[in-house]
Amino acid sequence: MKWFAALVCASAFAQVPYERIVNAAREPGNWLTYSGSYLGQRYSPLTELTPANVSSLRVKWAFQMDTRLQVSPIVVDGVMYVTGPNSAAALDLRTGRPLWRWSRPLPKDYQSIGFGRVNRGPAILDNQIFVATLDCYLVALDAQSGVERWSAKVEDYKVGYSMTLAPLAIRGKVLVGVSGGEAGIRGFVDAYDARTGSRAWRFYTIPGPGEPGHNTWSEASWKTGGGSTWVTGSYDPDTNTVYWGVGNPGPDWNPDSRPGDNLYTCSLLALDGDTGKLKWHFQFTPHDSHDWDSAHVPVLFEANVRGTRRKLVAVANRNAFYYALDRTTGEFVAGRPYARQTWAKGLDDSGRPIVIPGTEPSEQGTLVWPNLNGATVWFSPAYSPQTEWIYVATREIASIYFKRRAEYQPATFFAGGGEASVPGNQPSGAIRALEASTGQLRWEFPLHSAPWAGVLATGGDLVFSGSDEGNFFALDARTGKPLWDFQTGGRIAANPISFAIDGSQCIAIAAGSVLYVFGR
Amino acid sequence: MWRWMLAGVIAVQAAAQTEADPAAARRIFEAQCALCHGQTGGGGRGPALNRPKLSKAPDDAAIRIIIREGLPPDMPGAWQLHPTEVAALAAYVRSLGTVAPETLPGDKGRGARLYQSKGCAGCHIVAGKGEGFGPELSDIGVRRSAAYLRQTILKPSANLPEGFQYIAATPASGSAVRGIRVNEDSFTIQLKAAGGRFFSFRKAELKDLRRLEKETPMPAYEGQLTPAEVDDLVSYLASLKEKP
Repeated sequence: MKWFAALVCASAFAQVPYERIVNAAREPGNWLTYSGSYLGQRYSPLTELTPANVSSLRVKWAFQMDTRLQVSPIVVDGVMYVTGPNSAAALDLRTGRPLWRWSRPLPKDYQSIGFGRVNRGPAILDNQIFVATLDCYLVALDAQSGVERWSAKVEDYKVGYSMTLAPLAIRGKVLVGVSGGEAGIRGFVDAYDARTGSRAWRFYTIPGPGEPGHNTWSEASWKTGGGSTWVTGSYDPDTNTVYWGVGNPGPDWNPDSRPGDNLYTCSLLALDGDTGKLKWHFQFTPHDSHDWDSAHVPVLFEANVRGTRRKLVAVANRNAFYYALDRTTGEFVAGRPYARQTWAKGLDDSGRPIVIPGTEPSEQGTLVWPNLNGATVWFSPAYSPQTEWIYVATREIASIYFKRRAEYQPATFFAGGGEASVPGNQPSGAIRALEASTGQLRWEFPLHSAPWAGVLATGGDLVFSGSDEGNFFALDARTGKPLWDFQTGGRIAANPISFAIDGSQCIAIAAGSVLYVFGR
Repeated sequence: MWRWMLAGVIAVQAAAQTEADPAAARRIFEAQCALCHGQTGGGGRGPALNRPKLSKAPDDAAIRIIIREGLPPDMPGAWQLHPTEVAALAAYVRSLGTVAPETLPGDKGRGARLYQSKGCAGCHIVAGKGEGFGPELSDIGVRRSAAYLRQTILKPSANLPEGFQYIAATPASGSAVRGIRVNEDSFTIQLKAAGGRFFSFRKAELKDLRRLEKETPMPAYEGQLTPAEVDDLVSYLASLKEKP
């Protein structure tokens, strides 16, 4: 009877207006947006699970899909929404039993150029679920039935555009970015009207003729300059500012045709939510030649900096440096390496890297740390307001970078080189706790290999993450001490979330093609 | 008319694109392939490619596919290479096979008898026979060069494969276990000890976990076999090309 009542409530109040997402921290039993809140912290305020009781976690249910999963689900009022590539499902939160399923056929001539056929999650706003598809459509589904309400063509998949990310729903709009940085695309961030699917604005990450920054490209190189936007951004509702990371320039490893800084590749953008107008940018890796996309979830937080309370945005970058920036102005506040790197002497006072000569890819190969997948990648870091630390899944891995000829042909690799593993170099990894305002290391938990899983922090002072060998585990957020682990049997390349089932705290993680839900 | 001219241009371009530059292909091979296949294709960690027939790539098209896509899990795909480079590289790899393959001094029949009499089958399986403690050798002649085989027989610890680890694990109570690492993650490790028994440990519960660098349970046959016997054994192992 209680179950029946809950179900009725769920259908009556399943609408998620923008204000609920803004105030997501007030309802920690749900997980309303990709990173748990707009701030990109992947932090659950739930406190039931603690270092003292986390060892009693067990599997409550599992859900399988016929594809490898990288999903970070959405949880709302007794329903969990999950996605795979070109597919989505609504699951009963108590049992994992599907309530509806949706899929969209993938065109036969679709190809993924430079990335896997995956999807990292849905978004919700009002009564609609939003899914970004590999063939580059944004689709709005009715949250109750899974019925398609509208779909919008974002760009042409035939020339290499694609989408793998979870959309970001803000007030009245749904934001997406694109993959395709190895196919010579010109990247952008798009916003669509959530009700109609019509495009509200587009911000090109590679400035065209006459636009500021265009002079950082030579001749026609901007047209194929890359600058993909394939990881979900963050949002500051107080200032209506969207923070979004930009990928590598193209061609990746042969920069000869594009002298200059190549704005806004490998940068963080601050965009106006209503218009998409650029407020500021910060470039982490000018004139990149190692494929170090700045495709990260920016983490928004406040901290005392030399005695003053400041609003900051932090990025642990693929290039192995950690950055804290003023989130109003983009000013560089602090930065330092958080993983082994051999390409820069350090950062100057403005945060620009002091590049060591001879570290670019070469015909015969150049050994550089980190490798092309970087010291961390798309998977999310977590921030705990209790410890004021950022937790980063870190990769320690070198590679030999090769430079090759690059010739643009639509729908083919426009990469100009590649990497080879270093013989005898055994890649490793760690979960590292960094002081958020400085990047200073507070503790680390070593991993057997370089990880591909994101991190979740919780109000009970726990940190959850996964390993490439299938371990899902909990650490003490203050010490890094391992407290609990579970072998999922599948490689973990996904972000964990936390929510409550009937008031009891649970954790979910995708591993292989299975989504696991753990509770006590 | 325009159409004909256009067709002509395309044909010329296509010819230009498939024209192989052996010097450039050799540079690519030495930079990216030689790490495993040896500077002259004689093999190493990867199989020798200086053979007229490559079992997994019977023709040029197949070589190109393998170069582009790799052979999981060991060989990465070189998707970053331009199609012209892939074609040139495939031609270069094929040219390696036209070099006369190494003539081995030993007698493979005598080698086969030595393999039995020296107890190799006590740890290795060939064509379904033997024990499974060590790696299967049924197609070792495809996967390893003769020089590599010789070195491994004489001094196996000098030539351990990538990822191989011999481990000494000491549980909180009980005696140390020595074994080959068969799997490991951030929390646990699984070993195969002599006799084939598997052991599983939580690393945090071990008193001691030692990675025995440059050690292997395989005995060194340097000084145990005559040079002629080593030749025979290498000749036999190099002749093992196919799994049953």
